[in-house]
Amino acid sequence: MSLEARGIEVWRGRGRVAGPLSLEVLPGEVLAVVGPNGAGKSSLLAALSGELRCKSGDVFLEGRALHQWPYLERAQRLGVLPQESSLGFGFTALEVALLGRSPHARRGGDASDLDIARAALDATDTQHLASRAYTTLSGGERQRVQLARVLAQLWTPPEHGHRYLLLDEPTASLDLSHQHLVLERARAFAKDGGAVLTVLHDLNLAARYADRIAVLDQGRCVETGTPSGVLTPGLIASTFGLQVEVVARPDLPGPLVIPLGRAPAPP
Amino acid sequence: MSASEAMPVPAARPVPSRLPGAGPWMTLGLLLALMVLASLAVGSMTVPPSAILGSLWEVLGLGEASHQLDARQRAVLLTLRLPRVLMGVMVGGVLAATGAALQALFRNPLVEPGLLGTSSGAALGAVLAIVVDVTLAAHVGPLRMLVVPAAAFVGALGATLLALRLGTGGGRTDTPRVLLAGVAVSAGAFAGMGLLTHSATDAQLRSITFWSLGSLGGASWETVGAAALPLAVTLGVLLSEARALNLMLLGEREAWHLGVDVERLKRKLILAAALGVGAAVAFCGMIGFVGLLVPALLRIALGPDHRRLLAASALSGASLLLASDLLARTLAAPSELPVGALTSVLGVPAFIALLARKGAA
Repeated sequence: MSLEARGIEVWRGRGRVAGPLSLEVLPGEVLAVVGPNGAGKSSLLAALSGELRCKSGDVFLEGRALHQWPYLERAQRLGVLPQESSLGFGFTALEVALLGRSPHARRGGDASDLDIARAALDATDTQHLASRAYTTLSGGERQRVQLARVLAQLWTPPEHGHRYLLLDEPTASLDLSHQHLVLERARAFAKDGGAVLTVLHDLNLAARYADRIAVLDQGRCVETGTPSGVLTPGLIASTFGLQVEVVARPDLPGPLVIPLGRAPAPP
Repeated sequence: MSASEAMPVPAARPVPSRLPGAGPWMTLGLLLALMVLASLAVGSMTVPPSAILGSLWEVLGLGEASHQLDARQRAVLLTLRLPRVLMGVMVGGVLAATGAALQALFRNPLVEPGLLGTSSGAALGAVLAIVVDVTLAAHVGPLRMLVVPAAAFVGALGATLLALRLGTGGGRTDTPRVLLAGVAVSAGAFAGMGLLTHSATDAQLRSITFWSLGSLGGASWETVGAAALPLAVTLGVLLSEARALNLMLLGEREAWHLGVDVERLKRKLILAAALGVGAAVAFCGMIGFVGLLVPALLRIALGPDHRRLLAASALSGASLLLASDLLARTLAAPSELPVGALTSVLGVPAFIALLARKGAA
């Protein structure tokens, strides 16, 4: 029972952008994927979500190849928050969240769907925007409403199996407090039995909220493990080209990473 | 005092009820009923609306009416005006609903069926049939009146399929590419029409003008019967995909993640649009602006939810086309103006006002 990439290779045009690599995210955990720009994080996410077909290897959702899932059954289990969405039509925030219920909706929708959409807005601190047109929201507000839509999609567990939430840089356009809110939601989702895989740039957020961290570099997965096991000055210097000090904080779930400056280029 | 204390979060107030309420349906339905009645009553011979309602009363078996139609009025209504009104309702409704659906599919409020090459392909087919008519007519005899519509229909499907084909690569239909291909196919069709027009006779030129500017004047019970099936199929397909169209507004990826078979939906809707627009152009020529203007205005009034927008567009498109046709028949009576020009006359100012308002907002 997992979402698993087995020996996948992802190509865009004539270039390999990720792989070969294998990675698995399990129900109950938050897995953060970190890595420098161009390391293949978004390509990995596109492959795991089924947007991109792998050139070799395959992605398995609960043991069954992802592209063999019926559309609706997949959508009841696997939700994806893209880095950015361009919705240019004037749905209200509540209507956007309600769209997330589509894979579950019987004809005409359901009163409980409306309750779930409202609860999802609550969860992302956007309930006060419920009747605002999406097109009038700020970037950070839009991102939170989109998260509410995906949370609404995965609000109720399927009859069999688990829920899988993929987030592509969910904190990118958010203020500091809402960055933590979003990752708290991801943690709560995992505690509730769901699996979360999130691409993150901020190593401290990854250390604070992830159970495991996977480090991607040049399309390969170079390290996977607990935050304190993975986030070492040596690994960060070799993959990110950054000199850091890593401070253990027993009062926090993970260590603190303090950037000191760019590392000298390797000889 | 912190900012959060100074500005308490307003309690979640109920979202303004944009869920299906009776309001817009009553208004749009009444408007259409009024346009139907006016279109039946007004013309070279005026038929009193009371007599029309009276005979409707009787047809429905609700009792004797005090106002009766005389034989001539009855003949004009049954053989001329009623088929014309029915054609107008069907074509106007389908053009507007198709516009709404394509705008969602392409996530662009400025898309109309013409952009896919559908209408120009249909017009090219019609013009081709008109110009080579002389040789063709000898062989088809009584079916002659269906030759031009059939050619238009084939032209519409052909042009749309070509645009769809050119816009599809590696099993994926790339929507911007389909639009570009549609523009190119349209340009080609117009060039073909230009060349054909050059070799047309004066009588043929008049028929060609009919096709390029549109008219409901050719409507008869036969054409209404022939157009009804494709138009109804198109409307049915569009209405059945209202939910999926809402999801498409989020983006193709997002719709796919929410369980929509995006590739299948795109092909299905483009073919349905070609079927409906092809039938419309085949019998009424190119009628512009209904498919662009009506959904754009209604989206502002009702919001983008297609479970309302599609049906509301159909009702309003029917009303707009009937109003335009009424003006086309009466403004320069006894001659008839092209209805496609009048939809634009009614549509352009409204559209400019809409754009100005959007610019200000």
